[in-house]
Amino acid sequence: MLKTIRALILPLLAMVAGLDAVPSLAQAPAAAVPAVAETSTAPAPVSTPAAAAKAPDIVHVAPTPGIGQPTESINLQPQMTPIGEEAVRFHDYILVPMMFIMSIFVLILLLWVVVRYRSAANPTPSRTSHNTIIEIIWTLFPVLVLVAIAVPSIRLLAHQYNPPKADLTIKAIGNQWYWTYQYPDNGDFEVVSNMLKEKDQVKPGERFRTDADGPRLLAVDERMVVPAGAVVKIITTGADVIHSFAMPAFWVKMDAIPGRLNETWFKVDRPGVYFGQCSELCGARHAYMPIAIEVVSKAQYAQWVASKGGTMPGAKPAANPDATSPASPATAAAAEPVPTAATGPTENVTTAAPAPTSQPATAQN
Amino acid sequence: MTDIAAHPSHFHAEDGHEHHHDADHKPPFFARWFMSTNHKDIGTLYLIFAIIAGIIGGGISGIMRAELAKPGIQILTMAWPLGVGSVATMDEALHHWNVLITAHGLIMVFFMVMPAMIGGFGNWFVPIMIGAPDMAFPRMNNISFWLLIPSFILLLGSSFVSGGTGPGAGTGWTVYAPLSTSGSAGPAVDMAILSLHLAGASSILGAINFITTILNMRAPGMTLHKMPLFAWSVLVTAFLLLLSLPVLAAAITMLLTDRNFGTTFFDASGGGDPVLYQHLFWFFGHPEVYIMILPGFGIVSHVISTFSRKPIFGYLGMAYAMVAIGVVGFIVWAHHMYTTGLSVNTKMYFTAATMVIAVPTGIKIFSWIATMWEGSLSFKTPMLWAMGFIFMFTVGGVTGVLLANGGIDNYFQDGYYVVAHFHYVLSLGAVFSLFAGFYYWFPKMSGKMYNELLGQLHFWIFFVGVNVLFFPMHFLGMQGMPRRYPDYPDAFAKWNALASHGYEIMAGSMIIFFVNVLWSLAAGKKAGDSPWGEGATTLEWTLSSPPPYHQFEQLPRID
Repeated sequence: MLKTIRALILPLLAMVAGLDAVPSLAQAPAAAVPAVAETSTAPAPVSTPAAAAKAPDIVHVAPTPGIGQPTESINLQPQMTPIGEEAVRFHDYILVPMMFIMSIFVLILLLWVVVRYRSAANPTPSRTSHNTIIEIIWTLFPVLVLVAIAVPSIRLLAHQYNPPKADLTIKAIGNQWYWTYQYPDNGDFEVVSNMLKEKDQVKPGERFRTDADGPRLLAVDERMVVPAGAVVKIITTGADVIHSFAMPAFWVKMDAIPGRLNETWFKVDRPGVYFGQCSELCGARHAYMPIAIEVVSKAQYAQWVASKGGTMPGAKPAANPDATSPASPATAAAAEPVPTAATGPTENVTTAAPAPTSQPATAQN
Repeated sequence: MTDIAAHPSHFHAEDGHEHHHDADHKPPFFARWFMSTNHKDIGTLYLIFAIIAGIIGGGISGIMRAELAKPGIQILTMAWPLGVGSVATMDEALHHWNVLITAHGLIMVFFMVMPAMIGGFGNWFVPIMIGAPDMAFPRMNNISFWLLIPSFILLLGSSFVSGGTGPGAGTGWTVYAPLSTSGSAGPAVDMAILSLHLAGASSILGAINFITTILNMRAPGMTLHKMPLFAWSVLVTAFLLLLSLPVLAAAITMLLTDRNFGTTFFDASGGGDPVLYQHLFWFFGHPEVYIMILPGFGIVSHVISTFSRKPIFGYLGMAYAMVAIGVVGFIVWAHHMYTTGLSVNTKMYFTAATMVIAVPTGIKIFSWIATMWEGSLSFKTPMLWAMGFIFMFTVGGVTGVLLANGGIDNYFQDGYYVVAHFHYVLSLGAVFSLFAGFYYWFPKMSGKMYNELLGQLHFWIFFVGVNVLFFPMHFLGMQGMPRRYPDYPDAFAKWNALASHGYEIMAGSMIIFFVNVLWSLAAGKKAGDSPWGEGATTLEWTLSSPPPYHQFEQLPRID
């Protein structure tokens, strides 16, 4: 059974000193510092260049129109997960008919009284003000309808919270205003994911969005890459304020809350790229921190992991010896799994994120 | 005359003639409007206040719809606020968006709907309907109103001072920590919080006043079970206010100390929890949405009954349905928090509890229709608004049943479907009932008839406008558009453009409304005591239009 994990962060310092460590107003501007540089494309440390020496990156796929991204349709987005498919069936075959029938029923009754009981058609009103039978009927009938909704609804919830054993765990950290993805099962490298700007918004030489990257406001420089067919467990947390990790095509949305670890999961068989957007108000660039997940074959996933300087679990260490070494330079942020003097205390279950603004948190195992 | 309400019984002993003279003796202008103890004058002040706030809040939504009409940022880069500042960076422009959504939400909830429903119509008609000469605590009534003025000034003023990224509080009306604590430097959020404190105090005092008035000052013979449904709705609303607002006050006080005094109630690094704030906020916030709609239920009941020339169907069921909605409204709050990491059992409970609310709501919808059944309906403007309310509230209600499902919310939470839902129950529900009440009681309050043609024109254009405005938002939500976004992927452009056109239509109808009000006040036909005929049976229609300055010097007897 999947349960929300409450990460208990101990105060960094003793209680008295802790008052000083509270992120108060004085500290807040620091959080905004990376974002203030208006023309910079990457407010966060870029994680890729060091990896280039390791292995070539995979060829990233372009999105398929109508899949994993919004369209002008009036239906739900096509679902890629078993949970999503179950939810869409529930929505399409139970909820929507219920809503239509109830609304049309009330509309018809209203139109009927307008026609039949307008003063010209019915000059003398009755004085009826009670009818116990009908009052009981219209109390019990909605109860039955609601029970009919509640049963599949509760079943859907139970399925959502009863995932298969996870093949892969990824930690998604919301920052103002970008996402970082940590891969603890693959050597704990980190990917920093920023929205790609349009061509006319970048300085010469900087990367800008192309249609192969994805639609405007959805494309990112570094996607979260996951293997097809794998049960992926996502742990979300926030580095500064609450964000929300959302992927409509997977029927996934989970808030990323500072000081908490939330857990959700998905399993997608179809390779491709899928887009979502931050779904909890997180400040100025709330609309500009999209989520892109690329589902690739297992072989491509292994190659992508290697290109980031990570390792595959169970793989012979010799296969990629330098990636496992403590000196792996793949991650630029403070989340380096190996304790080094430079980064201070390690953190693994603590949720204080590796963003530049986080306080050095003491791990609480 | 200040203690007239304290001992209503003494009017029995008074000499009738002398009091008729006193009854219409009005204080001079300043004393009458700034030191008022008269429930009708205070009600009028509330209504004027709500209309002004509605113009501001509606104007803000106009700016928002203009920005959302096309993808990209077009409007927000203009000078802020009100053209006196300058926009230094793109981040500051984007922060303006968050200020706009925050102000729109807070203004519409605390300074438009609540003052109009409870302060305006509640003050005007609850004492009259229960046969009381005034409210129980006339001076407290006055301070309730005048607390709103500094509260509103604080909220508007907050957009002129720093809120961190730019001027103004950009936290959303929910003021979630830690965006509202460590995420918003500067005094803007403090001002907004203080504004909420004052508005909350105002409402708590008002609630105490209504509860005392309704429980103690009903005319002889008017038992609770004979009390008009609008008075019932205000009674239930007052209890909701009294029980929920202190929780909000506590939550935002903790925000203040987290912001300024180093506490960590909502900060995990000091042992607190950001989700605690959400629990506290929504423990207030969910009853709050019923606070906004329940008086509307009362108004609609009267209008439907009057224009059907039939007594309300299932009166007791209607009254206790409101009580049930009020009670259940307190135990469903976490359905606003399905994606915060609740456990599966918690989600199952809140899913089931939330759906229960559909039962008493259904009773009300069906009882209104049964009231019209076999009636003799005349479709005057208030009736159009009330019937529009029934249908639109049904549409908003069924989408609410959909959103009640915790398993469905992984898709819809914080999206445009939610925006569509709560605008259907509020902008097409609560606001429709406000207009129904306004047209219904306008002749009573002013002594003048409104213009029927303009009133009907206002209804139909508004009806089309808000549906064009809000219905496409369902489609946007179905495709996953998150709310509180100033800019969106191009796939969302089509329905956003249509919604913005809907706003233009709606705004056009509001011009008709204001023309109608001003013209009717100046040159409207004189209204009789009971312009709606035999269907209007409550006590306000036994008085002159407008009622005497002090009514019921001889308390009416209800059989």
